[in-house]
Amino acid sequence: MTKTAEHPDRARAFVADDARAHWHDESLWFVRQKRDRQVHSVPEWERLRELASQVKRHAISRWPDYLEEFEKNATALGAKVHWAADAEEHNRIVLGILRDAGVKKITKSKSMLTEEVHLNPYLIKHGIDVTDTDLGERIVQLREETPSHIVLPAIHLKREDVSETFHDKIGTESGNADPAYLTEAARQHLREKFLGAEASITGVNFLVAETGGFVVCTNEGNADLGTSLPRLHIACTGIEKLVPRAADLAIYLRLLARSATGQPITTYTSHFHGPRPGGELHIVLVDNGRSDLANDPQFRDVLNCIRCGACMNTCPVYRRSGGHSYAATVPGPIGSVLNPLHALTPRIVRESEQGEGVEPREGEAGDAHGSLPFACSLCGSCTDVCPVKIPLHHQLLALRKTVGDRGLLPWGKRIGMKAAGKLLNSPKLFGVAGRLARKALPVLPRAAIYNRLNPWGVGRDLPPAPPKSFKQMWRDELKQEASSPGDPK
Amino acid sequence: MRVGLFIPCYIDQFYPRVGAAAVRVLRRFGGPDLHLEYPEGQVCCGQPMANAGLPHESQPLAETNLKALSGFDAVVCPSGSCTSMVRNHYAPFLEGHPGYEELQAKTYEFCEFLTDVLKVGSPAGRFPHKIGLHNGCHGLRELRLGSGSERNVAPFDKVRSLLTNLEGLTFAEPERPDECCGFGGTFAVQEEAVSVMMGKDKVADYRQAGTEALVSPDMSCLMHLEGVLRRGGDQTTRVLHVAEVLEEATREP
Ligand code: SF4
Repeated sequence: MTKTAEHPDRARAFVADDARAHWHDESLWFVRQKRDRQVHSVPEWERLRELASQVKRHAISRWPDYLEEFEKNATALGAKVHWAADAEEHNRIVLGILRDAGVKKITKSKSMLTEEVHLNPYLIKHGIDVTDTDLGERIVQLREETPSHIVLPAIHLKREDVSETFHDKIGTESGNADPAYLTEAARQHLREKFLGAEASITGVNFLVAETGGFVVCTNEGNADLGTSLPRLHIACTGIEKLVPRAADLAIYLRLLARSATGQPITTYTSHFHGPRPGGELHIVLVDNGRSDLANDPQFRDVLNCIRCGACMNTCPVYRRSGGHSYAATVPGPIGSVLNPLHALTPRIVRESEQGEGVEPREGEAGDAHGSLPFACSLCGSCTDVCPVKIPLHHQLLALRKTVGDRGLLPWGKRIGMKAAGKLLNSPKLFGVAGRLARKALPVLPRAAIYNRLNPWGVGRDLPPAPPKSFKQMWRDELKQEASSPGDPK
Repeated sequence: MRVGLFIPCYIDQFYPRVGAAAVRVLRRFGGPDLHLEYPEGQVCCGQPMANAGLPHESQPLAETNLKALSGFDAVVCPSGSCTSMVRNHYAPFLEGHPGYEELQAKTYEFCEFLTDVLKVGSPAGRFPHKIGLHNGCHGLRELRLGSGSERNVAPFDKVRSLLTNLEGLTFAEPERPDECCGFGGTFAVQEEAVSVMMGKDKVADYRQAGTEALVSPDMSCLMHLEGVLRRGGDQTTRVLHVAEVLEEATREP
C-alpha cells in the first residue's frame, strides 16, 4: 500500500476549520497583492525574470568552474571552505567546527538549507544549544514545530497562538496578545541569546564566484546581530546559490524581496567578504542531490529557485491547506517538485546507469511524498509568479508520470484510469455508456448518486442530464443547420 | 475554410447545448465560406489519464484524435483545457507522426478562433445581464487568452473583448479575477476538500461582485462551480459558456 493519500487527508483536516483556513488564505493573498503592486511598478519585470533564469542556468551549466572560482576567492579572503556531499556530512562538518572551537551555545539565522538537512535536532542531540533568531522561526522552535512557509515560518499561527506559546515558554503575561508587547518580549529574550552565543550560523542567499563573498538577506537584522558578537561564523549553503558575478546580484536582489513580501528590497542585505578581524569564517557548500538534478534536463530548472516563497503565496491549494499539510521542509509548489524528486532521483540515476529494476536503498522508497505532485489543480499561477521562471506546474505534471511509472499510484486509480482510457477511446462504447448514465441519473434516488463512493458529490451537485448527447444533436439537427446556406436563426 | 469541431467528451454528454451554441456562432460569424464538420471518430483528449500520472493510457486517444481531426484547415474546440492538451501536451504521444505538427498548429480554442482567425473583434448584440467572467486557468496561462494578473505585460483579454460591445452587458469585478476555481480535472476528486473550498470561495467572490450569470470559455470549471452553486441552494444564477452568451446575444429576433 502506498501513501498517496497523505496530502488530501492533512488538507481535509485544515479545511475543516473553515475560519482558520480562510484566515490563512487571506493573509497570504494579502502578500500576493503586495507583490503584484511592486511587480507592476517595475516595467522591465519580465526581462529581469528572463535574465535571472538564464544567469542561473548558465552558472549551473558551468558549476565546477564557478565553484572552484568561488572557493579560491573565498579562501583568499580568509574563509575556510568545506564541501559536503549530503546532509549527514554537512552536519558532521558543522559539529566538528563547533567542537574544535569548544562552542556550546549558538544562534542561527534563517536558513532553509539547515532545515533541509535537519541540523537543529542533530546539534541538540550532540549537546549544542541552538537558538533560531528569526522571530517566526523562534516561535515555531519554541513550539517544537517546523516552519510552515519558507519566508513566513509562523504564518499558520494567529497572534493568540503566539501569546500562548510565549506565556508557556518565555513567561509573558497570560492572555496578552498585543503585538507590540509580544515583539518586545521576543526582543528581550533573543537579546540574551545573542549576548550568550559563542558562534553564529547563517544561511546564504547568494554566493558570488567572482568575489568569493556572499549575501544574506533578512528583514529583522538578526543575521547581522548574530554574526557581530561571536568570533566564529559558519555559513551553510546549497551549491545552487552560486551566481557568477557581483553584478548579477542587481537582478536577483530586485526580484527577491518584491516576490517574497512585496517590499522593494529586504531591510538588511548584508555582504560578507571573509572573516571579520580576529574572527573565523567557515562556508559549508552542500550538494545533497543537487548535482543529480543538474544532470536532469526535465527538472534542472528547479535549481534556479531563490526561495522567495511567491509560489506558495499564489498557490490556491497551499493557501487553503497550510504548509504543514505537505509534511516536508519546503512546502507549496516548489516543495511539491523538490521533495518527491529528492526521494526519487538517486534511484532514477542508478537506474540510468545500471538499467531498470534497481532495488531501492534504505530510506529511498520515494513514496513518502508521492501525493504532493497531485496536490495541485495545475492552474499555472506558480509558474507565472516565479521570478526565476521555473515551469513549476509542468514539472508537477511530469512528476505525476514519474510517480506513476514507479508504480506508486494506488491500485484503484491505476485500474480505474486504464478502464477509463479504454472506454474513452471508443466513440461507440462511450456513447452507449453516456446514454445509460444520462438515462439513469434523473431517475436514481439521491442516495445512489451521492454517497461515499462519489467524492464529487460530497460538496457539489452533478449537472442535470440532458436528453441527447451532442453527437445525437449533430445527427438530428445541427448537421443540416451547419451545411444549409445562410445565417442559421 | 473547412473547420472540424472538437467537442470535449463531457460537453458531448452533459452540455450538448454548448456544442450547439458553438456551431451556431461559428456559422453566424464564419460566413458562407466556413464549412463546419463534426468528425464522429473523435474521442476524449486524454487529459484525465495524463493528469492522473498515467499518460501512456492517453496515447491511444491522442492517436485516435490525430486520425479523426486531420485534414481540416482548422480544428475548433470550446474548451481551453482540452485545446491546451492537444497543443501543449500531445508531443510525447505524437511526435514524428505525420500530421501531428499540423494538428498542433491548427487547433484553436473557440474564443481564440473567433478573435485571431475570424477576426470578429467585439461583435454587436444584446445581453442585458451583469456577468461574472471566469477565464479558465488553462485558457489563461497555457493558451494565453489573457494577460493574467501575475505577469507584468500589456493587459489583454480575448474572451472579455468578445463580449464588451454587447448591449446591456456589464462585468462583475471579483476581487480575485483569475484565481483558479478549484476544478482541475482529477484534482476535483483527489483533493475534494480543497477543491470544494476553492469553488465556494470563487462563487462567493462572484456573488459579492453582483454576478447574475457566471460565464466561462471552459465548461469544466462551470460544471464544478454550478455544482457548488446548486448544492448551496442557488437554483437561479445562470451558468453559461461564452458560446451560449454570443449565441443568445447575436441571434436574429
Ligand atoms: S520556485 Fe520560484 S516562486 Fe517558488 S520559491 Fe522558488 S523562486 Fe520563489
